[in-house]
Amino acid sequence: MSDLGTSSKPLLVAIVGSGPSGFYAAEALLKSEISVKVDLFDRLPSPYGLVRSGVAPDHQKLKQAIKLYEKIADSPDFNLVANVNVGTDIDIDDLRASHHAVIIACGAETDRKLDIPGEDLTGSYTATEFVGWYNGHPDYRDRQFDLSHDVAVIIGQGNVAADVSRILSKTVDELKHTDIAQHALDVLAESKVKEIHVIGRRGPAQAKFTPKELREFGELGDCHPMIDEQELELNTASKTELEEKTNIGSKKIYDQFCEFAAMTADTNKTKRCYFRFLLSPIELLGNEKLETVVLEKNKLSGDAFKQSARGTGERLELETGILFRSIGYRGVPITGIPFRDDWGTIPNIEGRVTENDKLVPQLYTAGWIKRGPSGIIGTNRACSVETVECLLADISALDTGNKSGINNILSLLKDKNIRVVDYADWKKIDSEEIKQGEPKGKPREKITYRDQMLALID
Amino acid sequence: MTTIVTDNCKGCRFTDCVTVCPVACFHYDDEMLYIDPDTCIDCSACIPECPVQAIYEGDDIPEDQEHWIDINAEKAPELPVCEEQMEPLPGAEERKAALGF
Repeated sequence: MSDLGTSSKPLLVAIVGSGPSGFYAAEALLKSEISVKVDLFDRLPSPYGLVRSGVAPDHQKLKQAIKLYEKIADSPDFNLVANVNVGTDIDIDDLRASHHAVIIACGAETDRKLDIPGEDLTGSYTATEFVGWYNGHPDYRDRQFDLSHDVAVIIGQGNVAADVSRILSKTVDELKHTDIAQHALDVLAESKVKEIHVIGRRGPAQAKFTPKELREFGELGDCHPMIDEQELELNTASKTELEEKTNIGSKKIYDQFCEFAAMTADTNKTKRCYFRFLLSPIELLGNEKLETVVLEKNKLSGDAFKQSARGTGERLELETGILFRSIGYRGVPITGIPFRDDWGTIPNIEGRVTENDKLVPQLYTAGWIKRGPSGIIGTNRACSVETVECLLADISALDTGNKSGINNILSLLKDKNIRVVDYADWKKIDSEEIKQGEPKGKPREKITYRDQMLALID
Repeated sequence: MTTIVTDNCKGCRFTDCVTVCPVACFHYDDEMLYIDPDTCIDCSACIPECPVQAIYEGDDIPEDQEHWIDINAEKAPELPVCEEQMEPLPGAEERKAALGF
């Protein structure tokens, strides 16, 4: 019988990624019956992943999930190891030597491409970089977005597309008391965008917004939601989908679209946000800079809930200087960890990492890098709990001799001159951000450069 | 704005919602679950999880269920937190069928 998990020999677990799935994995481990020590790694000096740098700044209530993460971080058996890039600063094999198990929970950090000609023209951006930019993510701090055009196009109809569209639709007054990064607010204040087109390849019955996110477009200060009633006509299969009682979310979204279509446009509002359906971009045109999006009209075919969009050959053009694609996300491979390039995820069975269909000892995964980019913050809790249940069931197999523990990793990092940010360090940065936000009436002013964050703790 | 548990949960208490709650804001008694509005962050992850569609958010609460806003707010803080999925109440499946789900 293994004595791993007793107070004299606690289970040592390293978690890579301090977003929701990383924190929920930590929570599940710390709540378990056994004795465990959790070291949570992040490549940035700041924790909380997409709750900090993905959730839109005007959704402050959602960001209160952080309160729960702070409680988890207060556990004496929890340790934050931030500003450390696993895969480059230290190897995954270093972690396998120091810890009994490693959970990879680093999310889906890059976007899916449209794979159409002209995609790399200036003016064609990913939602990822725009979201990171307005949320003060250090990787996107110095990105430039040219908002001097009348028309902006967003490809995709999920919640990230909704966030990008809403941020472009809002006035400075609607954003200035959020934690939006100041550099972004300054650029948005000068925005000339008056028309926002949110484009979906399927129909209004298949849009992936949550009803609540969509409803917000009816409540904007200076922007009116626009829908062409003709585009709300449904085929038989879509009608069947909306009649299905369990598909109430899609029904609510469709009803909201109908409500928008029936509203009289408020002439006092200067911006318009158009929701458009059954269109796919097939080419971006322009001379270095984006000038025109060529769209192809689609038709749905297939049975209810299995409908796919197929091009009809009918084309239309939309003049625009700025386009954001938001058609899905994919993970980025970490050296030494198996990766499914087709899905952009780590191959796994219920969170146990596999390679060529065989289980890889010690390695686990949770969150978007495990299951793909679906669901919202809380969905990751169930996902991480599943992974931790597997890990704990494997505990005897994980007892593979002495582990050197976190101190060994910390000295490796010290030798490489890497400044590890622990939780006490982060709390210093956190209070400074809150302090800097106060005079502006913002919950915080994010510090957006790594060296500025690190300067606060040295 | 608040998210609440209503009538349909009574006698079911399937607790699927609890597994996706990011902030552990569900509380329970012998009959059903209640949401603590002071903890809930209105993320609406729980809403599609409920097999009997008992959960509503803010603007979406039917008029005949509005009394549940106060009941959730009053009951939740006094009751234990439901952090993990529990067995549904006896008769839950029958009630679900009776509710048309």
